[in-house]
Amino acid sequence: MPTFYGTEITSRLMLGTAQYPSPATLADTFRRSGAGIATVSVRREAGGDQAGQDFWTLIRDLGVAVLPNTASCYSVREAVTTAHMARELFDTNWIKLEVIGHADTLQPDPFGLVEAAAQLAEDGFEVFPYCTEDLVLCERLVEVGCKVLMPWGAPIGTGLGLNNIYGLRSLRAHFPDIPLVVDAGLGLPSHASRAMELGYDAVLLNTAVAKAGDPAAMAHAFALAVEAGALAAGADPMDPRDMAAPSTPVFGKAML
Amino acid sequence: MKIIVNGEAQETRAPTLAALLGELGKGEAKVATSVNEVFVPKHQRADHGLHEGDRVEVVAPRQGG
Repeated sequence: MPTFYGTEITSRLMLGTAQYPSPATLADTFRRSGAGIATVSVRREAGGDQAGQDFWTLIRDLGVAVLPNTASCYSVREAVTTAHMARELFDTNWIKLEVIGHADTLQPDPFGLVEAAAQLAEDGFEVFPYCTEDLVLCERLVEVGCKVLMPWGAPIGTGLGLNNIYGLRSLRAHFPDIPLVVDAGLGLPSHASRAMELGYDAVLLNTAVAKAGDPAAMAHAFALAVEAGALAAGADPMDPRDMAAPSTPVFGKAML
Repeated sequence: MKIIVNGEAQETRAPTLAALLGELGKGEAKVATSVNEVFVPKHQRADHGLHEGDRVEVVAPRQGG
């Protein structure tokens, strides 16, 4: 299994914890998925609201590793301060770094992302940058200390799958030794399987499972797809070709 | 004095960030804090004095993708 910052992961399927119909469904979904890493966030809580405390109890009982995010941060300062608050709350150096550059597509701001990643790496964080598949951006992220890269498949929450197969394949070829996770945009298990077939190490998704009619069943489907794709990638797939090639031997066919 | 807590103006007599959290009923809660957009670690809250107009953020664990 791939290793993220010295920790061997237990499943190639990573799941978000948002948008489930109920806490019980969330817990059931995680059990059926076999996911070993859950993404979480930090949000305001100052009044009598205890939602955060209840959520923390639920996540702790799942027995999974947590990967806090900096979702909805548009500036380096916001992202860095949020990361520090998350580190104290969740007691982990892991941070899924999001620095958003565009509201409609939630596309990462590549310039802010590199600056924030450099700052956080200096502060002792282990950064999982939510990035695009841009080779130059990914080079910069690795240069400032990122040892995992998480390119998007498609914009967050769209379910469109892998929008740029060529780019993702190039990234895999360019960084054979860096763990790569397709993060965001997956809608169906086949998308996850495809990412694995491209040689990716893991996938991270949320909406595709949480918004399915039966989240636990969909999570199980994703788990099977991820396992199938990874198995296929390791089995040296055949090369595609344009012209047909009969699989049944022609030699010995009766002359009729 | 008047300060801003999670985007809302409020009056407080709390001299420190730790005292403010006590006023808010979050003294023992699993929360993290910042003042004027700068992270204030838990162990510094008792020494972090509050001033008129300070912008305090108090956050807790929450669902995320």
